[in-house]
Amino acid sequence: MGAGRTVLVTGVSRDLGRTFARTLANDPGVDRVIGVDVIPPRGDLGDVTFVRADIRNPVIAKVIAREDVDTVVHMSVIATPGSAGARGTMKELNVIGTMQLLAACQKAESVRHLVVKSSTTAYGASSRDPAMFTEDMEPRRPPRTGYAKDVAEVEGYVRGFARRRPDATVTLLRCANVIGPRVVSPLASYFRLPVIPTVLGFDPRLQFLHESDLYRVLRHSVLSGVPGTFNIAGDGLLMLTQAVRRLGRTSVPLPAPAFASIGSFLKSARMAEFSPEMVAFLTYGRGVDTTRMRTELGFEPTYTTAEAFEEFCASLPPGGHRAVRALGALADHLPPVDEDRPAQLTVAGGKDG
Amino acid sequence: MADAEIIPIGTRGRPGRGTGTRPSSAARGLAPKGARKPDGKAAGKPAEEPAGTSETSESASKPASTAASKPAARKPVADQAAPAPGVETPAADAAAPFTAAARTEERGLSPLAGIPAGDWLAAFQHAARELFGDQWEPQLAHFLAFLRRRVSGEYAVDEYGFDAELTQRFFMAALRPIAQKWFRIEVRGVENIPTDGGALVVSNHSGTIPVDGLMTMVSIHDHTGRHLRPLGADLVFRLPFVGTLARKGGATLACNEDAERMLRGGELVGVWPEGFKGIGKPFSERYKLQRFGRGGFVSAALRTGVPIVPLSVVGAEEIYPLVGNIPSLARLLGVPYIPITPFFPLLGPLGLVPLPSKWLLEFGEPIRTDEYDDGAAEDPMLVFNVTDQVRETIQQTLYTLLVQREGVFK
Repeated sequence: MGAGRTVLVTGVSRDLGRTFARTLANDPGVDRVIGVDVIPPRGDLGDVTFVRADIRNPVIAKVIAREDVDTVVHMSVIATPGSAGARGTMKELNVIGTMQLLAACQKAESVRHLVVKSSTTAYGASSRDPAMFTEDMEPRRPPRTGYAKDVAEVEGYVRGFARRRPDATVTLLRCANVIGPRVVSPLASYFRLPVIPTVLGFDPRLQFLHESDLYRVLRHSVLSGVPGTFNIAGDGLLMLTQAVRRLGRTSVPLPAPAFASIGSFLKSARMAEFSPEMVAFLTYGRGVDTTRMRTELGFEPTYTTAEAFEEFCASLPPGGHRAVRALGALADHLPPVDEDRPAQLTVAGGKDG
Repeated sequence: MADAEIIPIGTRGRPGRGTGTRPSSAARGLAPKGARKPDGKAAGKPAEEPAGTSETSESASKPASTAASKPAARKPVADQAAPAPGVETPAADAAAPFTAAARTEERGLSPLAGIPAGDWLAAFQHAARELFGDQWEPQLAHFLAFLRRRVSGEYAVDEYGFDAELTQRFFMAALRPIAQKWFRIEVRGVENIPTDGGALVVSNHSGTIPVDGLMTMVSIHDHTGRHLRPLGADLVFRLPFVGTLARKGGATLACNEDAERMLRGGELVGVWPEGFKGIGKPFSERYKLQRFGRGGFVSAALRTGVPIVPLSVVGAEEIYPLVGNIPSLARLLGVPYIPITPFFPLLGPLGLVPLPSKWLLEFGEPIRTDEYDDGAAEDPMLVFNVTDQVRETIQQTLYTLLVQREGVFK
């Protein structure tokens, strides 16, 4: 590896792609970074060369050939139609875009390494899920619509590429929900709601990945070139009730059908969006096993799930915490006691892998 | 004797209609001028009464506090409480010589106004002492710290969603009286449960509602201090509330992946291989073991090399004697069966109270699985043989226990 590498990053118009491309451009191990997207990035790209190209048409092949790209980082699989327009456009971007990009990569002899940012949405969410998904497991029900189906199809094409180009290394990163102060995602906007609707009678398990860890793992994959599929998530889990309490917000439990229908209302109010896979996720939750991330990929996230969420909380206006303050005031009148957590909590304390 | 003439008005001697508001004009007119003074005194008396009772409760609590091992810690609180009635009493005395009408109006302002703060404090202290004993202050502080952690979300769950704190403090505490007082569970062979490391507890399943699972959990926790991690059917996790509580209580889905993961993690895993065939069997077939699934639990134990601890539960069959089923309704609702017991739909919610049968739990000798070869889990014949061995052990123990049992309810 070392110097003289040219990396192509797709999806740089969005914050995550842009920030990653910028940090990668500053890396001494990388010579040149080329950012590709249909629309120009909103912010500063730094040393990144921006090429306005649509990955949905063969122009992308010319870009790859002309720039002599050896590593492609595919980050433009989007979760919500939001900025792209309708669902049709989103699917077009995700699936056809990936197909074209991979076709171009397959043709270009120079491409040696492909890194694809996928999502743990690939595992789905249902009552029949195992507690922790490992990389070999498949969703219990094949996804039929939306983002989950896109992710499944994208992964299918990536596997096809790996089969047809055995000389290229392919790293597929299934990232848990990315969260951070500046992240705009369906889940982040859900937690930014003033009052958080939840599904009555369900308390999903959530896993988060801090945005800085996302950049780090992508950079690590580009530089180390370890092939394979990896689950990427912060250590430990949070229950949704726990997350809401840490936020200090009020939650409104709604029966499942009402919860699904409030999504369309929130969508029209442009506050949040509940896609079917998001509703399933907020009902049953999901956990992924990250043993392989450590042993094979050799990556260690700096933030645990709880820490990532805490930093996200800090970026929001502080919630009420009225009950906590009242209890604290009451406790002040009593003699202080040491923390009386049961001993096994520290042992079993939410560490996996 | 003039008072006696007022009584027939029908308000027990007090002027007015007894509503606590101003006396009616009729009452005021009827009250003789001479009778007004003593009447005022009488009205003043009840106003003094709360202060008086507070003083008696205060004096009653004082010896109790000196008897307590830590009187110094709660002295300041008691001293704080003392001035409050002291201030109140002269005020009440001063108000007494004035007219009765003013006094009654004052009382009507708020129902809480008449009870001085000291009284509240005394009552609170008394309640705290009743609840937490003599060491109530640290106890209460601990409880508040717990409550605060819960409300702020500062607690940890493991990867299956198991909330150890909540389980220990709440679920176990709620189930323990049922296990000890209602079912009078007798546990035998606790020494067969390994004190550490992974192990698989395999039990018979009965009782229409999986109460036996909960009782096994609390019994194992109380006798060994370990948490049993039950494996539940996917129906459990599909149901709202039930699935959430199950996960918080330490359960996870009965699938090979989770079972092996838990066993590798050194947990004590509980499995009921009969499943719905076991709990949903009619009362006439009680204590007849059903098919033990497909032996998935054995292959999980073989792969992880953990011992299998057979558990026989006697008593759970009689809690809800299942005499009928409504298959069509069950199919409609997507549940395995709709139980009909002699009491259930008949007595409504009262029919949900389980019959107080006497329970016996016997843990058998562990069956080792670490002596088999590596590929043993892939050998279906071996898996079936071990499954049968476990099943036979439980069935035989059930028969023995049934013979030993004096009666269903004692």
